[in-house]
Amino acid sequence: MHERIREKLSILADAAKYDVSCSSSGSNRKNTNKGLGDATGMGICHSYTEDGRCVSLLKILLTNHCIFDCAYCVSRKSNDIKRAAFTVEEVVDLTISFYRRNYIEGLFLSSGIFKDADTTMERLVRVAKKLRTEHRFNGYIHLKTIPGASDELMHEAGLYADRLSVNLELPTERGLKLLAPEKNRADMIKPMGFVSNTIISLKDERKVIRSTPKFAPAGQSTQMIIGATPESDFEIIKTADRFYKDFSLKRVYYSGYVPVLEDSRLPSLASQVPMLRENRLYQADWLMRFYGFNASEIVNDQTPDLDLEIDPKLSWALRNLAVFPLDVNTADLELIMRVPGIGVKSAYKIVAARKYAHLGWESLKKLGISVNRARYFIVCKGIILEKKDHSAEAIRHMILGTSHSKYAKLNVIQTSLF
Amino acid sequence: MIYLEYDNSFEGLLTAIFEIYAQKIPVAHIRKTGYATPLLFTETLIIATDDQKAERVWKKLYDLFGKKGVRTLWKAWLSEDEDIDDLILETVRYGIELKKNVLSDFGNIHVIHLQQLVKSVGREKHRMEAFVRFQLTRDGLYYAVISPDYNVLPLIAPHFESRYADQRWLIFDSARKYGIHYDLSSTEFIDLTPNEMMRNYSPVPEALGEREDLYQDLWNDYFRSTNIPSRKNMKLHTQHVPKRYWKYLTEKTPRF
Repeated sequence: MHERIREKLSILADAAKYDVSCSSSGSNRKNTNKGLGDATGMGICHSYTEDGRCVSLLKILLTNHCIFDCAYCVSRKSNDIKRAAFTVEEVVDLTISFYRRNYIEGLFLSSGIFKDADTTMERLVRVAKKLRTEHRFNGYIHLKTIPGASDELMHEAGLYADRLSVNLELPTERGLKLLAPEKNRADMIKPMGFVSNTIISLKDERKVIRSTPKFAPAGQSTQMIIGATPESDFEIIKTADRFYKDFSLKRVYYSGYVPVLEDSRLPSLASQVPMLRENRLYQADWLMRFYGFNASEIVNDQTPDLDLEIDPKLSWALRNLAVFPLDVNTADLELIMRVPGIGVKSAYKIVAARKYAHLGWESLKKLGISVNRARYFIVCKGIILEKKDHSAEAIRHMILGTSHSKYAKLNVIQTSLF
Repeated sequence: MIYLEYDNSFEGLLTAIFEIYAQKIPVAHIRKTGYATPLLFTETLIIATDDQKAERVWKKLYDLFGKKGVRTLWKAWLSEDEDIDDLILETVRYGIELKKNVLSDFGNIHVIHLQQLVKSVGREKHRMEAFVRFQLTRDGLYYAVISPDYNVLPLIAPHFESRYADQRWLIFDSARKYGIHYDLSSTEFIDLTPNEMMRNYSPVPEALGEREDLYQDLWNDYFRSTNIPSRKNMKLHTQHVPKRYWKYLTEKTPRF
C-alpha cells in the first residue's frame, strides 16, 4: 500500500515537472473561522530542487494517461512509459499532509486528458472542491484548465482555485500545428477568455454586493515551450504581450525545451536546454511588467532576437545612448529604472534618499546599484567617472570585460542551434 | 566615554535612550549585559529597565517615525548585531535633530547600515517561514526545531498562528533555547526541558506519529522526482538553500 502510493507520486510528480509555474503569490484567501491555511500576498518557496527551481506547490498530475500525442510531451500516448492515476482522496490526503508539515503552499494540479476534456476537468475540480469544502483548506490551489472544457466547469473551477492556467504550449499556431496537430489554439483561448471576463464581471458585482464569491483571485497564467520550434524572440514576446493585454494574464512562463523524446520534428536528444535564452526572455518579460518598457522597445523587426551576451535592458540602453547620461539626483523615477545596473527597488530608494541630500557614488554603491554598469549612463554628485563619450560598442566591451556571465560556457553552443 | 548596559530587552534599550536624554549625556554607547566594553577610560552605567520610561521613548519614536518606523527599529534590534544598540541610538539622535522620519535617508551611514540589518532580518524571517518542517508527534503536536541566524521567532509567530489555526504546533529555537507554542487558542513563548523522548531537541522516532515516516518518505520522493537532472545547477541550489539550514530540512536529510 505504502509502496504503491510512493510509486504513483514518483511517476506523477516526474510527469508534472516540466510545467514551470511555481508561483503561489497574488491571492487573498484568508484563514477564516479557524480552518487550515491561508494564501495571502507573498508566496513562499519552501525548498529548491538541485536544478535551482523553487518548490512551492505540490505539483502533480492526476494521471499521465493521455489520449493526445503531442510531440514535445513526455506523457504522449505513443511514449512507452509507466502510467499511473491518483484517486481524488489520495491527492487530497497528500496535499493536506504536506501542507500541515509546512512543506508546501498548496497544490498545483494538472492532468493528462484521459477521456475527454470535460471528464478530466470535472475530476480536477472535484479535488479542489473537496479540499475547500470538506477540509476547509485555504491554501493555494492552481488548477490547470483542460482546453475545450465547458464554461460551467470553468466557472466551478474558478470558485475553488486561486489560479487557473491554460498552456499555450507553443508561441505560435504554426508551431502547435507542427507538434500537436490534435490541439488547436481556439480551444485554449476560449476558457482563457471566459476566466478573464468572469473575473472582470465579478469584480464589478463585488462593488455592489460584497458577498460575491471569490473567483480565481490570483488570476490566470500560461506557459510556452521555447526552443522546440524555430520562432524568433520577437514572435515569442509579441505573443506574450498580446496575452498580457487581451486576457490580463498574471504571468507568462517560458519553458526551455528539455529534450525528452526522439522525433524528427524536434531538436535532437543531445541538444542543450536553452537556459540562457529562457533567462533572457524572463528578463524581457520583467522589463514589460515592472520597468515600463513596451514590447517593441525590447525586440522588433530590426532586432528580432534578444542578445544572448548582454541583458535586454543594457541592450536597449546601448541602442538609445541619446537618452543618457541621466543625473540621478534630478531624473524622473521612470527613467532611473531604465538605467542598466539599477533595479526597481534601488530606483525607489534613490528617489527617497535624494530628498535629504544629493547622492554620490559611495551612497549609490551602498544602496546596492551596480556601479560597474551604471557608470556609463549616469552622473551624480562628486567626480565624473566617465569623461569620454564612449560608443555603444566600446561600452559593451567594457561591461563584458568586467562581468562574468554564469552562462558564459553555454553561449557558444546555443547560438548555433537553429 | 560612557557605556550604558541594559538587560537584553527592547524596553531596556528604550530606557537607556531615555537616560541619555534625561542626563544629557553627549557621547554614549549602549551595550547588552555580557558584551565586552573597553577597559580603559570608560565608565559603565547599569540601566534598570523601567516600563514607564520605555513607554515615553516609544511614544516619542512613534510620533517621529510612525508605526512602521518603530517596527523597523525593533526588527533591526532583533538582528542582535554587536553594534545594533549604537546604531539605533545614532538613528534616533539623527531623527530627533532633524525632527523628521529619517529612515529613508539612505545616504546617512547609520540609517543605511541599520536598514541593511533590517533587510537581513526580514530575509531570515522569510526563510524560516519556508524552512520550518513540522513532524507530527504521537500526541498530535506538530513540532519543528530551527536555529536561525537572527532572533526571528517573534516575527514569524503571527504567520504560523494564522496559517495553522486548527493544529497544535511548537517551533523551537535551539540556538536561543526558547520556543513558540500554539495551543489552538493563542501563541505563547515557552522554555523547553528536553526529556528522554528528545535528542538534540528533536523527537526520537518512538515519539512520532504512526504515519509520520510515510509522509516524510513521500516528501523526499517528491523532492527528488520534481528535479530536472538536465538542468542541474548546484550553485543556484545552495544559494537558495544554504548548507547551514540543511540539518532541519526533511528533504535534505538522508532517510533510512
